[in-house]
Amino acid sequence: MSQFKYVLLWTDAALYLLVIAVLVYVWRVRRTPTLRATWQRVLHDRAAMCSAIIMLVFVTIGLLDSVHYRPALPPAPGAPTNTPVAWSPVTKSLLDAVLERTTPAAERTWSAPLAYRQLLKETEIIDGEPVRDFPRLVHGGAHLDDPESQWTRDVLTRASLGLLAGVAVAVLLVLVIAAILAARWRLGFATALHDIFAGVTKVPWRAMLITIALLCIVMGVVGALATGYHVLGTDRTGNDVLVQALKSVRTALVIGSLTTIAMLPFALGFGLAAGYFKGWIDDVIQYIYTTLTAIPGILLIAAAVLMLQVYIDARPELFVTSAQRADVRLFMLCVILGFTGWAGLCRLLRAEALKLRELEFVQAARAFGVGHTRIILRHLLPNVMHIVLITSVLEFSSLVLFEAVLSYLGVGVDPSMNSYGSMIDMARTEMARDPMVWWNLLAAFVFMLAIVLSANLFADAVRDAFDPRAAVLTRVSRLRRLVRGKAGGKV
Amino acid sequence: MIAYIVRRLLYGVLILIGVNIFTFLLFFAVNTPDDMARLAIGGRRVSADAIEQWKIQHGYDKPLFLNAEAEGTRKFTDTIFYERSVPLLKLDFGLSDAGRDISYEISQRIGPSLALAIPTFVLGLWASITFSLLLVYFRATWLDFWGVVVCVVMLSISALFYIIAGQYLFSKLLRLAPYSGFSEGLDMIRFLALPVLVALLAKLGPEARFYRTLFLEEAGKDYVRTARAKGLPERIVLFRHVFRNALLPILTSTVAVIPLLFMGSLIAESFFGIPGLGSYTIDAINAQDFSIVRAMVFLGSVLYIIGLLLTDISYTLADPRVRLE
Repeated sequence: MSQFKYVLLWTDAALYLLVIAVLVYVWRVRRTPTLRATWQRVLHDRAAMCSAIIMLVFVTIGLLDSVHYRPALPPAPGAPTNTPVAWSPVTKSLLDAVLERTTPAAERTWSAPLAYRQLLKETEIIDGEPVRDFPRLVHGGAHLDDPESQWTRDVLTRASLGLLAGVAVAVLLVLVIAAILAARWRLGFATALHDIFAGVTKVPWRAMLITIALLCIVMGVVGALATGYHVLGTDRTGNDVLVQALKSVRTALVIGSLTTIAMLPFALGFGLAAGYFKGWIDDVIQYIYTTLTAIPGILLIAAAVLMLQVYIDARPELFVTSAQRADVRLFMLCVILGFTGWAGLCRLLRAEALKLRELEFVQAARAFGVGHTRIILRHLLPNVMHIVLITSVLEFSSLVLFEAVLSYLGVGVDPSMNSYGSMIDMARTEMARDPMVWWNLLAAFVFMLAIVLSANLFADAVRDAFDPRAAVLTRVSRLRRLVRGKAGGKV
Repeated sequence: MIAYIVRRLLYGVLILIGVNIFTFLLFFAVNTPDDMARLAIGGRRVSADAIEQWKIQHGYDKPLFLNAEAEGTRKFTDTIFYERSVPLLKLDFGLSDAGRDISYEISQRIGPSLALAIPTFVLGLWASITFSLLLVYFRATWLDFWGVVVCVVMLSISALFYIIAGQYLFSKLLRLAPYSGFSEGLDMIRFLALPVLVALLAKLGPEARFYRTLFLEEAGKDYVRTARAKGLPERIVLFRHVFRNALLPILTSTVAVIPLLFMGSLIAESFFGIPGLGSYTIDAINAQDFSIVRAMVFLGSVLYIIGLLLTDISYTLADPRVRLE
């Protein structure tokens, strides 16, 4: 009898499919010389590769958080042995299991980072007398007998132990990577190490290894402190802020990646059809997307999300657990964002298809009597894929930022789901408190900046590699998409 | 020219009809008026009588598209679609679900919205262009490099953080400006200074980087090389030649945004408590008042179409080589 029941949520399945698609793409890139040459330009970009490593860490966190299960409840006392196992109504993920080991207990309310006492005074009964004081935390610093004198030393010891562990892991990783590289380059280990640290390798290994080392050290220190304290404090309901920030990573990744996937069918289908067939098909498709862009984006999304909420509320029997309900809402939010956002990409693809259809190879295919579907699939689609790739990496960071705004407006993810938007929303009122609660906002700020900044730097490198001439043009068309409609083709 | 404008206007009306049908489907076909009534009254176990009552009160008790019981043209006019959609085309927004006149509310709130949006737009454009010109003037130096780095970092920060940080710094620590609120007359400046400053900072990163690439593209052209070759100092090349020519695409692309200024800013208005159209919209979303949301969607589409038209016209005015057919 198993102890866990595996749960496959909608967004999990979509994320797995996405990972498989990325792996297939990597395999294709390795086999295609032209694609490999283009990607090599990204590989040689220092900022892009350092950001890629940071993104990889976030993706790992997000994927760990995407394996969900429901643990079995202990059998009820006195129940006969053959009763079926009852599954916990709480859906957990692998990340929860990892985090639970380090930060087990939730507090009652706010506490500052690394604190051992609560932020607010409470009345406690000590020796039969009511005492008004800041109560000790359940988890933070609970191992200290006399926190006032021991706290500084304890924090420093833990931090330096964590630092040492981080440095050790970093050195080990650097040596392992250097050994692998030495083997691949067919060089001696010492020569390889020298090349890496002289910074003469084409792929910027020195910068990448420094990034890895810094990440190891930060994770070491934070992890060591987390064994005894709430590193980033706790929020109003006593939940660890660091845990929430880590859980929010998945939400951000899902919104940033799945939305682009959701807009692809519309954008590719309509864009290529409009550009290839021209004539009345083009007119109809242009009319559709001009209508869609005429509607103010946020209002359209808000309306769609409200409608979705009404739909979900009216049919509670469809969703067994609250996690499932929140997940369906997240999934549908991606679909809605994709549905409202495909016009820009569609316009780019239409323009490209208009250009491509006049080229010799397409004309030749038509002269040979190849069918329309086949021409679009075999000759147009592969030649617009770079636009799709550039748009999806460029969109990623703006979508992560957009999620925060939507959640703040109350039309974002489900309130029970962790996201940076809801963290900011909560932090907004807390900043005005006295004593001020700043750690919620700080956590959201640091994590969002790390994700968005690394995504931006990586996206810039991808854009420059795939479209060096259009490093300017992509920005122009993005702005145009925001502000202009059909007139684009006129000038 | 006139024929072109008339044709574009007709196309705009066609798009408005499309917007109208689309939002109607979104609001009424996905969920029945019964669902809306249940949501408005609250709770899942609402009696059928209460739902009927609510629908009659708000005029949702008719068939959606076709009234089979009515006679003649009344078959089409005595429906929710006709009563809710056709007046919108005449810019008659009707009553909100809470029973207030939407047109009156809009006329009351458009002033505060513009008081915030216009200074933000003008000063924001000025600041972004100035900053990007500075970067272009010092191009290929460390100042340019770090300027771009600052831009990238600034555009990676959510607009919400700028607002929260601004309120904390200027209102709580320095006590220079009030947290939020609004008042008429000269006092308005005190309330608007902070929101404008914050919006300006939030826009600076992406816009300055974008304008910098525009200026650099222009600076690589042949006539610029000629100007330099005939011995003009860099300052004059930049301001008299590059700046003027690069300004054209910038100005023509911002023309389209001007009508949308009337819609106000959703986030800034709700954070700073400015009673404009943005906060009106947010209140409507939170109160789930579909009539107001639909009215605002329609207003936004009208303004967008006006923006499209203005863009087309501004192209011919700015560049006589462009002919509209």
